[in-house]
Amino acid sequence: MTLSETPVASEAIAGPERRSLRHRLADRGVDRLLLLSLPASLFVLVFFIYPSIYGVVLSFRPLKPVGAFGNYTHFFGDPFLRGSIVNTFRIALPAAIFNVLAAIPLAVVMRGAVKGQRIINTILVIPISLGTVLVADGLLNYLGPNGWFNRVLMAAGLIGHPLQLLHNQWGVMLSLVITGFPFAFLLTLSYISGIDPKMESAAATLGAGPWRQFWHVTLPLLVPGLAITFCLSFVLAFSVFPSATMLGNPNGDSHVLAVAAANTAFQQYDFPMASTISVIAAAIELLVIGAVLGLRSRFYAGTTTGKG
Amino acid sequence: MNDRFSQLRLEGVSRAYGSTVALANMNLTVGNGEFVALLGPSGCGKTTALNCLAGLLPLTSGTITMDDRRIDLLPPERRGFGMVFQNYALFPHLSVYRNVAFGLQMRKVRRAEVRRRVSATLELVQLADHAGKRPGQLSGGQQQRVAIARAVVVEPQLVLMDEPLSNLDAKLRRDMRVELRRLHRELGLTTIYVTHDQEEALSLVDRLVVLRDGQIQQVGSPEEVYRRPANAFVAGFMGYRNMLPMTATPAEAAGGELRLSGLGLSLTGLGHVQGPVIAAIRPDDIDLGERDGNCIEGVVEEAQFEGREYELLVRTAAETVLHVRTHRHTTLGERVRLGIARDRIMVYPAGPDESPEQDSAEPLPVQAP
Repeated sequence: MTLSETPVASEAIAGPERRSLRHRLADRGVDRLLLLSLPASLFVLVFFIYPSIYGVVLSFRPLKPVGAFGNYTHFFGDPFLRGSIVNTFRIALPAAIFNVLAAIPLAVVMRGAVKGQRIINTILVIPISLGTVLVADGLLNYLGPNGWFNRVLMAAGLIGHPLQLLHNQWGVMLSLVITGFPFAFLLTLSYISGIDPKMESAAATLGAGPWRQFWHVTLPLLVPGLAITFCLSFVLAFSVFPSATMLGNPNGDSHVLAVAAANTAFQQYDFPMASTISVIAAAIELLVIGAVLGLRSRFYAGTTTGKG
Repeated sequence: MNDRFSQLRLEGVSRAYGSTVALANMNLTVGNGEFVALLGPSGCGKTTALNCLAGLLPLTSGTITMDDRRIDLLPPERRGFGMVFQNYALFPHLSVYRNVAFGLQMRKVRRAEVRRRVSATLELVQLADHAGKRPGQLSGGQQQRVAIARAVVVEPQLVLMDEPLSNLDAKLRRDMRVELRRLHRELGLTTIYVTHDQEEALSLVDRLVVLRDGQIQQVGSPEEVYRRPANAFVAGFMGYRNMLPMTATPAEAAGGELRLSGLGLSLTGLGHVQGPVIAAIRPDDIDLGERDGNCIEGVVEEAQFEGREYELLVRTAAETVLHVRTHRHTTLGERVRLGIARDRIMVYPAGPDESPEQDSAEPLPVQAP
């Protein structure tokens, strides 16, 4: 298509005045407000994209002359290092799944006008603001052999000797639930609040009891949101580090990818190898997110208001 | 499913939200196959009444019975009523077919039977070609029809409709009215229809229930409510735009003749009230020229051409502005003589509670002298 074919364009060229930059940009589909994102783009470029690329490149430059893929072959050849993938999954996956599943019923209940809603929300949000280190510190005392948790259970006669909840995967998982659950809950709540309750009323008048309303109407509409919630919860749990070192057994079953990378970097001073571990962790996360979002696309993900 | 009831009775049905009473002591009996409208301005309690019927809101007091069966304690899913929501509340993740099939599936109807009934109902609402689409791919009018199909496919004992046409444009609304009447005729389903649009209610239903502040004002056929509003509120709501505060004195002659005076006017009407009254007159009931000895002189202040008729504002010598509808062309500033048949003046006792409540969109009908 040439310009002379479109009357508007030819008129614009013939016009005596030069049109403003804003109009000329708009003709190309560019809103000049986009320029406002320039500083942020620059920031991301300098502090995220460049370091990421640097890290990836670094991972292919091992300290020892073992070839470009030397670090990768070393990682997958070493059972201890390789095992950190399994460890991470064994901690992050149950924690993320639990957080999402537990968030659903609570979000369903908290969605309407519940008395004391603000108090409950505040209680739930506190763990996020406290930070993982403080939570881990608290758990260290609470869940220890002489902590309240075991003492109460023993006093109640439910257990004969203290449960071993610290310095293994349980401790890490508990800490991930405490810090990750509020996050999953708030996200789920916002998704479920976007679903028009009239649709459940409609299902009710059509003969669906509360459970079938949830199963046939609410849940299908919530699935896309749950997928996102799971992805974010999983990513949070996958990069676990403070609670793994404090509550877990960082040289054993809690030797997760983040611990492996940190140890490699700051105890062995092998930055390329640490980069390799980080790259592997990122790749795994992307794979999981890709898989979840792939599944999500098979569900309905449009409007949730009952009106197109 | 379709065991026909003969009477639906609401007795003393009330619903309060905290200290606000949305519905007060409503008594109503609906016969099988009836098409009833709950009509009133927003906040009059009509939607509350509908939600109470559907089981979506518990009653504060009162009972709802179907013949001898008490239903007000049943959850909505066990009442078996079909409901059409104002914004349709279609399931956006399901196809049109599955939206309509939903109620049948909940009732565990066999698959072949589901297919037959859904197809038949989609045929009825003329959406057979759209069965595979999602609600989001349909126009407003089509979504509306899906909502209706979804409610009637289960052949409910009672269909509840909550302002189902309010989201449609004027032309579509007219078409859908015809559709709704046809559906009601063909299916014979007892229908309770909530609307704030008096014209819609008049054209659709067999019986009108006019509500205000949670209380029934009048129950009657469209003709009755239109011609003989029970009180000044109903009159104002039914388009009696001239609400004249006047004083009534019985005439010497028998037969309920009334002398109405005030606002510099002197009219003859019919009725048995005395003292301060509201004389309610429809714009269409005012003719040019004297009528029944009633004659008002005034000047045409505003004339609006509305296709078939002109809508006039006529200012009398005592500065009262009257709404008049007429076929005759008049020019601005023209002196006219207006007449009203005496039986077309509705006379209601004036009281704080009986004061006309106009739609805020409309101008006040009368400027006090």
